[in-house]
Amino acid sequence: MIPATADPARSDPGSADDPGSAKGPGGRVARRQGPAPGAWFLVLPALIPILLLSVGPLLYGIALAFTDSQAGRTDPTRWIGLLNFQDLLRDTLFWESFRIGLVWAVAVSVPQFLLALGLALLLHQELRFRWLSRALAIVPWAMPEVVVGIMWRLVYHPDAGVLNETLGTHRDWLGSLSTALPAVVVVGIWARLPQVTVTLLAGLSQVPRELHEAAAMDGAGAWRRFRAVTWPAIRPIALAISALSFIWNVNSFALVYVLTGGGPGGRTRLPMLFAYEEAFRYGQFGYAAAMGCVLVAVVSILLAVHLVARLKGDDDA
Amino acid sequence: MSRRPTARRRAARTGQYLALLGYLVFLAFPLLWLVSTAFKPPRELASLHPGWIPDHPTLGNFRQAFEEQPLLRSAGNSLIASLAAAVITVVIATPMAYVMARHHRSRLSRAATGWIVVSQAFPFVLVIIPLFLVLKEVRLIDSLAGLIMVYVVWSLPFALWMLAGYARAVPRELEEAAAVDGAGRLRALVSVTVPLLTPGIVATALFAFITAWNEFFFALVLLKSPRKQTMPIILTHFIGTEGVADLGPLAAASLLATLPSLVLFAIIQRRITSGTLAGAVKH
Repeated sequence: MIPATADPARSDPGSADDPGSAKGPGGRVARRQGPAPGAWFLVLPALIPILLLSVGPLLYGIALAFTDSQAGRTDPTRWIGLLNFQDLLRDTLFWESFRIGLVWAVAVSVPQFLLALGLALLLHQELRFRWLSRALAIVPWAMPEVVVGIMWRLVYHPDAGVLNETLGTHRDWLGSLSTALPAVVVVGIWARLPQVTVTLLAGLSQVPRELHEAAAMDGAGAWRRFRAVTWPAIRPIALAISALSFIWNVNSFALVYVLTGGGPGGRTRLPMLFAYEEAFRYGQFGYAAAMGCVLVAVVSILLAVHLVARLKGDDDA
Repeated sequence: MSRRPTARRRAARTGQYLALLGYLVFLAFPLLWLVSTAFKPPRELASLHPGWIPDHPTLGNFRQAFEEQPLLRSAGNSLIASLAAAVITVVIATPMAYVMARHHRSRLSRAATGWIVVSQAFPFVLVIIPLFLVLKEVRLIDSLAGLIMVYVVWSLPFALWMLAGYARAVPRELEEAAAVDGAGRLRALVSVTVPLLTPGIVATALFAFITAWNEFFFALVLLKSPRKQTMPIILTHFIGTEGVADLGPLAAASLLATLPSLVLFAIIQRRITSGTLAGAVKH
């Protein structure tokens, strides 16, 4: 769904001759730095909506976090400084939701990535029925999130569900306090496992086979070959897709909204569900915007850490 | 000594096939259950021991689904929103992506790339509250037009990324040759570059269509009146407030809602992976 911002160019000698490079031979150094004046006509049709409907609302949203904006108010909205954030600090429900959000994001992204890595290595081999996994992988990827949620409600259904029938149990998987979060985590893993797998598989297919053969000739075992050849080659893609998957999960909404609506007793109330309720059920726009800001801040910090780790890794290589 | 590796290799092979089987089962079983539920008559759905294969498969759930909820109208709404979003997205994204590809060191391209990356980290809630307030101000709330605008901007990051990747693959020399032959720059662009970009443009449009067709959150917030709601929203109406649902029609409607995305995605899946990588490989 989203581009991987990896940069495997380093490991791909073929990409050195970038056709768009301004340093090409034949005196092209003089090419303008900025777009030609005529280029603006090409850019504006996309730039205006981006500014009006993406950058603008984002800044407006950040500003809202410092106001007491509410639905259906008649008196004007006022600036209230950091009051929303102070309220957030004291709001135990928010921190509970925040904690659940982090648990959810980690519990989905980490096993999903490890499984996907194993599966990608597996599917990179010559196996019969491999085509079947490729065909099946398309389905969760293409399915509307709402349908994924509905489908798993049918699986988890206390009476008519296949899980209870198979296990011989009579549990209300999504409705009981102890099983609700693990149950939705499994759905979260299912929903994007093929996407992460296919992305890693695409990364694997770019690893030159000769490198593997050379390492095998030198007597390197499977693990050594993975550490020395495969992992360095797919590392940029692996870091990019794992970062994206984490972000997607922090911002997750539709899946859990359909599965549990945040219940039972708030056990699966992800931050996005919490903010949605605050904004569109209770009309607390300013407060919900403040929540959004906290989420952005946390995701940005985690991304920065990720990026620093990536750059450091590149230096080591 | 020579027999041990073979035995070990065979064991490894078996393990590999078991892992593959596990993956296939994990992927397939919820899907099969959804299909099975959609074709089960009410009596089998209420049975204490539901089976995998319906004893008396029926299409009754599909008929009932259309009777219970305005499925057809919601499919129409989804179709309008997704088609419009897809067409508008590629029409406005292609020129910009071209400029980004040709002037990839310019400040504009850097800013656009930065926006593409940052936009992935937005919590939607921070964008949807202001959008909701602004669209309400200009009376575009509860209208497909407003939703389409949001969808366009929402699919722009990916569209720009993919299209810029494709545009970089078009050799600049071809355009220059056309320009030398007397065609103006714009003529060269339209008659040389655009045809070469067409497969990428089609793939991007299909992807934008699928994204809009599947979208739930923005539609939930922006569309209030039932006759304007899109298919994913109508699907949730099958589930009552108490969480009780008529399972058969719910499953049947869910299958129908999945089909368009599935067919289109099957067509472009390879391109999506390669497009993503193309964008990633060349900076």
